[in-house]
Amino acid sequence: MALIDLKDIHKSYPLDGFDLEILKGITLQIEKGEFVAIMGPSGSGKSTLMNILGCLDTPTSGSYFLDGAPVQNLTPDELAEIRNQKIGFVFQGFNLLSRTSALENVELPMVYSNTPAKARQERAEKALKAVGLSERMHHMPNQLSGGQQQRVAIARAIVNDAPIIFADEPTGNLDTKMSIEIMQLFTELNERMGRTIILVTHEEDIALYAKRVIKIVDGEIHSDERKKK
Amino acid sequence: MIDASTTFSIAIRAIKANKMRSILTSLGIIIGVAAVIIMLAIGNGAQITIQKEMKSMGTNLVMIRSGTSTSGGKRMGHGSQPTMKAGDGNAIEEKIEGISLAAPVLNDAGQIVYGNANWSTSIIGTDNRYFQIKDWDLKYGRYFSQTDVKNAGKVAILGTTVVKELFGDVDPLGKTIRVKGIPFIVIGVTTERGQSGPGMDQDDMIYIPLSTAQKKVTGISFPDMVNMIMLQAKTAEDTYTSQEAIKALLRQRHNLGANKDDDFVIMNLTQMMEMMETSTKVLTILLGSIASISLLVGGIGIMNIMLVSVTERTREIGIRMAIGAKSWDIRLQFLTEALVLSLIGGLIGVVFGLMGAWSVSFFSSFKAVVSIFYILLPFSFAGIVGLFFGFYPAYKASLLNPINALRYE
Repeated sequence: MALIDLKDIHKSYPLDGFDLEILKGITLQIEKGEFVAIMGPSGSGKSTLMNILGCLDTPTSGSYFLDGAPVQNLTPDELAEIRNQKIGFVFQGFNLLSRTSALENVELPMVYSNTPAKARQERAEKALKAVGLSERMHHMPNQLSGGQQQRVAIARAIVNDAPIIFADEPTGNLDTKMSIEIMQLFTELNERMGRTIILVTHEEDIALYAKRVIKIVDGEIHSDERKKK
Repeated sequence: MIDASTTFSIAIRAIKANKMRSILTSLGIIIGVAAVIIMLAIGNGAQITIQKEMKSMGTNLVMIRSGTSTSGGKRMGHGSQPTMKAGDGNAIEEKIEGISLAAPVLNDAGQIVYGNANWSTSIIGTDNRYFQIKDWDLKYGRYFSQTDVKNAGKVAILGTTVVKELFGDVDPLGKTIRVKGIPFIVIGVTTERGQSGPGMDQDDMIYIPLSTAQKKVTGISFPDMVNMIMLQAKTAEDTYTSQEAIKALLRQRHNLGANKDDDFVIMNLTQMMEMMETSTKVLTILLGSIASISLLVGGIGIMNIMLVSVTERTREIGIRMAIGAKSWDIRLQFLTEALVLSLIGGLIGVVFGLMGAWSVSFFSSFKAVVSIFYILLPFSFAGIVGLFFGFYPAYKASLLNPINALRYE
């Protein structure tokens, strides 16, 4: 069974009395261990798709099975639980808590899964080591470079052993050199640790790192290509 | 759900991040709690003073004095026409169910002389029941003996003020004093009681046996005359319920026909004191409630700042939600923050309140008495205020949509 199984997903928002349809029937399956890039011009609906995939939002209609369980009709609290257990997020703007050390930022998902404080710290240290930041665990986000902040965010995404990592324009705020480093880190997580990675980007050269590229145009899947190795 | 110590440390961090703002927000609570503590302490002090007076007067006290008399159309005050006898008291003690003790009192006043010193004071002719009713011990010496009473012995028990004025440091026991010119031997000294009401020194008195007072010191107009009978009821309830029976008994003993007025007055001191106590209680509640309003205003300040804080931290809330915080986790976080803010304010308020209550006692004639209950009450009220006014901002935060919250700039 596929890790992510979408069937005929529609999403529309009410706008001036009309329903504006953003997603017009997306059917998609993503297997465990894939590295997928979702591409599309702005307004294509790729962010909406990403929000639904990431369990931040629910579809208007259609079914979504995540890891074998239906999630399309869950309450906000049930979705929070799924996000906590199954999904790690990496955002364009890093979204770290300010005035909070790298270590504590990485501990955050475990705070909400009620992991004891000691185990929390050990696992956070391990995750920071995995992204190459063991030297800067006690630095605040404003004492770190953009690339380092994004690494902290990645450590936060992997620390709860979530099978899926969603990365929304993860290199959008970084220069080329740092972008390459971050994409190499994703590749490593995918190949060495078997994490499923779903990447949203509009940059072709970033999408090249993925093994499968899905293009969204006007709320529908325009193309779905697997890279042959 | 998130554990308590983590929630608490998140709250402390948020409060520390805006130190000045947190202090100003707490100020409302600080002032409120301090005001409530000071007001309750003043009310409590007044209550304690009254209770002390009550106790020194004797518990469950009823007094019977001679009634009014009319002479040539002029009505005289209570006691102007003596009608009471010591025997009336004994009869009441014996026959009325609710009354346990009756002490006769024959007052007089006069000059007391010892050596070169002299002092004008009240003379009370009574028996040992007087001290029993007032629950009054002797500092040293002895009470009246059977012989003293039977033979109208010239013995006296002195109050401490009299001892001080006549004897200074000399031991008064066994010394001879002159009461209205008649020699008396000092047999005892009462313990100190202090003031009962303004200007009434309970220690400025001497006590002699009733028989002695009646026969040798005070002129009486009929045998066994007394001015007053002091009764002690078994319970506070009895002070009310036995009044009718006392009245009937006295009317019968005084041979009063149905068309004649009472020639005595029954005064229920317990009732008077209870009324005074009730009025100070009302005063305490009133003072406390007025001060509580400022505490409530402080709560509104907390709500205001918490709402600002929720808006400012929309993005943080979004991050927490994306990572797996449930609505209760968010609610709990902001509720804890409001609670910690109000409790810190409450704690500082307690310190200021204690200092304030102390200053009131020190610089004014009010006696402010602080009790644990009157500290815990405003402190916990501050906590409740924090929770109450923190709930809406916390609830608002928990309703945020994570997608919009993450996009918030």
